[in-house]
Formats: sequence, structure tokens, C-alpha cells
Amino acid sequence: MIHINNLSFGYRKKHLLFQNLNLSLFKGHIYGLLGKNGAGKSTLLKNMVGLAYPLEGTCTINGKNASKRSPEVLENLFFLPEEIYVPPLTSAKYVARTACFYPNFNEQEFYSYLAEFEVPRDAVLDKMSFGQQKKMMIAFALATNTELLVMDEPTNGLDIPSKVQFRKIIARALTEDRCVVISTHQVRDLESLIDTLVVVHNREIVVNEELDSIAEKLLFTTLPSAEGHDVLYAEESVRGLNAILPNTEGVYSKVDMELFFNAIINGNPSVVQLLHSNPLQNAF
Amino acid sequence: MEFKNNEAIYLQIAAYVSDNILLGKWPPEDKVPSVRELAVELQVNPNTVMRTYEYLQNQEVIYNKRGIGFFVTPDGVGKVKKHRRERFLQQDLPEFFRNIFLLDIPLEELQQRYEHFKTENFTTK
Repeated sequence: MIHINNLSFGYRKKHLLFQNLNLSLFKGHIYGLLGKNGAGKSTLLKNMVGLAYPLEGTCTINGKNASKRSPEVLENLFFLPEEIYVPPLTSAKYVARTACFYPNFNEQEFYSYLAEFEVPRDAVLDKMSFGQQKKMMIAFALATNTELLVMDEPTNGLDIPSKVQFRKIIARALTEDRCVVISTHQVRDLESLIDTLVVVHNREIVVNEELDSIAEKLLFTTLPSAEGHDVLYAEESVRGLNAILPNTEGVYSKVDMELFFNAIINGNPSVVQLLHSNPLQNAF
Repeated sequence: MEFKNNEAIYLQIAAYVSDNILLGKWPPEDKVPSVRELAVELQVNPNTVMRTYEYLQNQEVIYNKRGIGFFVTPDGVGKVKKHRRERFLQQDLPEFFRNIFLLDIPLEELQQRYEHFKTENFTTK
């Protein structure tokens, strides 16, 4: 679906955000893009969808260069930025003016998503609250039925019930033919939805791995103390040490994304090394 | 659904499906929810539910009718019980033994309490 080849990018030439970055994303998955503030998550997404141009290297969608912004690529991708702009129109008028750019747009689906989010269908968009606007745009994004759906922090601004609805709607919308990329800091909102983690750190993609395969190699557990264990990374908690250990016994624990992320950005090389220990996993 | 932290989500979903089979909500030879239906209900990635169903298929708890969906096997209940039993004996029982040993709880007391528990919870009135 998306292939990024040796991408280098920086807003200023002397200050590169990415250097020789490679990444391939495939259909049928929900990718969770994680990175610290300023690591370049949003910039990477913009490169993917042709809103920013690589200084070097390429980013292709189904073999077509994203930066060319050809209609056949654009009609098949939807990018939902973190900060959205909505015009002073009702949803119906917005659909009438915008949906024509997306040949697979499904109006019925759009209104059913709106209903599920409890967004009034005849309200004027820019008079609605930020959360309502965001939900309307999420509903629109999903109803376009594009193969590629990229969302930057979609759960920011959503209230508690809306987050549940968001997860349900995304679970319904993921098909074999769709690739969903979500950047987020709110990993707890999305941890049961994301199937593959992509972590940007120090100008590189340090991790691009399915959660199942992370759980195969690493064990996430709580220990009374580190003694006698081969602890790769640990954080103190009330219940004991939240620890990452090598998974030697084939036990499948739930990947604690926050702990995993902290282990990586705190420069713990052993976690990443262990992940890449199986050469077959890196063949693609 | 709230997920615990100590077990992979696909296994927790497998336990949920197994519970429904044991409780008779999903009887033998009945169709279980589709991958997508269950994913929406539990708010999880459909790929995770697919993994659960593959796992339960390997355990012969459910089977796949091509193009129609997944169904509970005729002996689904028996299979679930067998796997549950093994898991209990291997994982939970040692922990339990450790506790009664450390706390000096005699087996007679357990026996008594167990009988009491059965009459309290599982007698049909």
C-alpha cells in the first residue's frame, strides 16, 4: 500500500527530521504511529499523503508518488489532520460539495456514523463544539471508503462515550482492502484496535512490528522485584515492578504500549535488539 | 470489554467466547457472531478476533463452514471444559496450593467450605 524509500525530510535543510527512513505499510491493518512530541509523527503522515515533499527518497501509494498528488491517488486516500477546519455549512451541504471527490463515498454510511456519534445532521458545522466537529469529520473520513485512511490524533477532543463509539466504528470499518494509520499519544484509547506499532524516534523508524510478534518476543509482567529475572526494562508501580522480559516460555502477555514506548525512548537498546533478533521477521 | 493486563487480548476473547458456550448462550451447532460483529461489540481489531477464532478452531471448539461463518462444534462444551481443566490444574492450582500451604489452611476446612460453597451457589431451589 505505502512504501517509503530512503526518505529524508526536514523543514530546514540543516535540521533533518528524518534521514534515510524506510517504511512499508499494508492493507488490512490498523497501524499505531507513536513518537515523542516533535519526533515528526504528523510530518511523516504529511509526507505519506503528499502534503509535504521529501528532500530525498520517495513515498509511494500503490506505486504512485504521493507528492505528485494525482487525482487517482487523492481520491483513494483521506487524511484527517489533528486540527480541522470546517466551513459554515450543514453536513448535507458539506457532503454535496466534497463527497464528489471520493468515488466510493457512501452517504448512507455517513449518516449512520453521524447517528452513532450523536451528531445532529442539520447543525451548521462551524457552530458545533470542537468534539462534534471532529466526530463529523471522522464520520466523513470513514464514509469516503478510501483504501488509505490516515488520522492524526483522532481521539483528541472526544468525550468518553464517543471514544467507545469511535472504537466500534473503526472495528467495523477495517476491511482487507483498507489501510488505517493512526498517530496518537492516547494509547489507552486505542490499544485494543491497533494491530501494528510503528515508533518514530531519533529520525528513524525504530519499530514497525505487529503486536502479536512483539508479544512473542517480549513478556510484559509485574514482578515483586527484579531479582533473579532478566529484566530488560522496568518501571516502579504500586503493585511492584512493571517489567519487560525476554519471552522465553512462549507465554502471550498483553503488550503494555506505554511501557514499551518508554523503554524505547529511554534508549534501551536491548528491547529493540531482541525484537529484531529474528531475521525472518525483518525480511520485509 | 475491559481487558486485563496479564494476558494477550486474543486469549481473553477466547475465554469470553468459551464462557458463552459453557453458559449455553451459544449452543452446539449454532453460529457464533461473525469476526466483524464480535470485533465491533468488543471494540477490538478484527484481526485479533480472527486470531481468537483460529485458536478456538485448533482447539476444536468452533469450526468454519466456508462462506457461512463459524459454528460451535457438537462437543464444543466438552472441549472447552477439557482445556479449562488443564489450564486450571497447571496454572491456578499451584498458586492455590502455595497459598493454603503458606497460610496453614487444613484440607478438612477446605472440604467443609467447599461443601458450603456448593450448597450456597449451585443448588437448584
